[in-house]
Amino acid sequence: MTRRRAVLLVRIAVLAGLTATLEICCRTGLIDPLIVIPPSEMVASMIDRVGSGELDESIVNTFSTIALAFVLAIGCGTLVGALVHRSSRLRDVVDPLLASYYSVPTFIFYPLLVALLGLGKAPLVVLGVLSGAPAVMISTLSGLDSVSPVLLKLARVHRLSPARTLWWIVLPAALPRLFSGFKLALSYALIGVIAGEFILSGTGLGFAISFAYQSFDNRAMYGLMLFVLLIAVTANGILYVWEGRLARRRSTG
Amino acid sequence: MSDAAVSEPSHVALSGVVRQYEGPPAVHALGPIDLTIPRGEFFSVVGPSGCGKSTLLDVLCGLARPTSGSVKFEGSELHGEVPDGIGVVFQEDASMPWLSVRQNVAFGLRTSGLPEKEVAERVDHAVSFMGLAQFSDHYPAQLSGGMRQRVCIARTLVLRPRLILLDEPFGALDQQTRLLMGDELLRLWRETGATVLLITHALDEAAMLSDRVGVMSARPGRFIDMVETGWPRDRDSRVVSNPEFGTVTARLWSSLREESLKTMGRAA
Repeated sequence: MTRRRAVLLVRIAVLAGLTATLEICCRTGLIDPLIVIPPSEMVASMIDRVGSGELDESIVNTFSTIALAFVLAIGCGTLVGALVHRSSRLRDVVDPLLASYYSVPTFIFYPLLVALLGLGKAPLVVLGVLSGAPAVMISTLSGLDSVSPVLLKLARVHRLSPARTLWWIVLPAALPRLFSGFKLALSYALIGVIAGEFILSGTGLGFAISFAYQSFDNRAMYGLMLFVLLIAVTANGILYVWEGRLARRRSTG
Repeated sequence: MSDAAVSEPSHVALSGVVRQYEGPPAVHALGPIDLTIPRGEFFSVVGPSGCGKSTLLDVLCGLARPTSGSVKFEGSELHGEVPDGIGVVFQEDASMPWLSVRQNVAFGLRTSGLPEKEVAERVDHAVSFMGLAQFSDHYPAQLSGGMRQRVCIARTLVLRPRLILLDEPFGALDQQTRLLMGDELLRLWRETGATVLLITHALDEAAMLSDRVGVMSARPGRFIDMVETGWPRDRDSRVVSNPEFGTVTARLWSSLREESLKTMGRAA
C-alpha cells in the first residue's frame, strides 16, 4: 500500500514537473507562444470555451457518438467473438486477420463511409465501431479460452442450462480479459470518432479543434485539446478503477 | 436414507461398459468393465497413468456416455446427464475465483429452489464441517491449494449427495496435507453415509482409505484385481501402522507393477 502510494506520488510529480517545465519555457520565450501557449493559459482557455456554452452542442454530439460507438463495439465484438469461438475452423481463418487488423489505418475508409452514409453521425459511429470492435473480439476470444474446462464440467455436474452456464460461469470467468478489451474499445472509439470529426465533419469537438487550428486560433485549439484529453483520461480512469476492484478479490493480498 | 438401501442390490452398477473415442486414430479407452458398488462402500480405483480412470469417472456420473454397456445409479440407467444425488470433486481446482468461500459453497444450491434459510443452514454446516468457518469471506486466491479443494468438497457436500465421486482430489497437495485430507474424507464418508468412489494414483492412499480397491490395467482400462482391505468403519490415517496395511499395499503394487511398466514402455 505504501509502495503504491509512493508510485502514485512520483507519477504525479513527473507530470507536474513536465507541466511546470513547459510553463516556464513558454513564459520565458524559450518556446514561441505562437506555437505553444503556456499550460495555465490552456486551462484558462478551456474554462472559457466550455463555460461559454457555445460548445455545448459539440460536446453532446461528440460524446453521444462515442458512447454509441463504444456500446456497439462491445455488443458486436462480444457477439462475433463468441460466435467465432464456437467454430475452430472459423477461428483459424479469423485469427491472423484479427492479429494484423490494427496495422490497417481504419481512417482511410472514412471518406468512403461519408460517401456511403452521408455527413452525419452514422459514418462516425461506424468508424468508432470499426476501431473498437476488433479489440473486443480479440479479448472475447482470449477470455473464452481462459475459462477453465473443469468449470464447464462443473456446470454440467450441476445441470446448469446453457444460459445459466454462460451467466454464472463463463462470463465471470472471462470477465478480467473481457474488461481489458472494453478499455481498449473505449480508447479506440474515442480516437476514431474525434479523428473522424477532425478529418471531415460539421460538428463535434474534433471539428472544433480542427476549425480553431485552421483559423490560427491557438488559444482555443489548446483549450479544446486539453478538454478532450481530460475527458479521455477520466473515462479510462473510471474503467481502470472498476477493473481494479474486480481484480483485487481475485488476487492474493 | 440408508433404510431404503438395505433391500437394494447395488448402489452403482456397471455392466459391460466400454468407452471408445472416435478417431482418427480411434482410441479404446476403457473396458469392458463390470462393477457393482454396494451402498455406503468406500471404493477406490488405482491404475497406471492414462489407463482411463478419469474416463471411468465421466461415464460413472453421466458426463460421458459409454460406447456400449450400461451404467445404473440407484437402479435407473444414466443417459448422458448427471443425475440428482451424485456429487463430483475434480482433480483440478474448480473453485470459482470470483466468489467468496461461502458463495462458492452456496453455488451448489443456487438452482435447488430451497428456502433461503435452509440454504444458509446447509452452507454453514458444510463450511464448518470442512474447517472453513473462519475463511468464509475469503476468496479462493487467498487460500492454499488444500483449502481450495476443501471448498470444492464443501460445495459438493451441501447437495447431500448419496454418491460422491472424487477424481484424484489430493493430487496437487503435499504428503502431510494428503494424509489429513484423507482423514477428513473418512469422517465425511462416515457422517454422510454416502457411497464414495475415489480415483487415485497413490497406492497408500487407496489402501488407507478404502473398503475395497479396484486395480485397473493399462489402456484399455479393465479391472485386473479387487482387493478387500477389511478395515473397521471408524478408521483413520493411523491405519498405516497396521501390519495389514503393508500387505494390502504390497498386493496392490504387485498387481499394478506390470501394468505400469507397460505404460512406461509405451511412452518411451
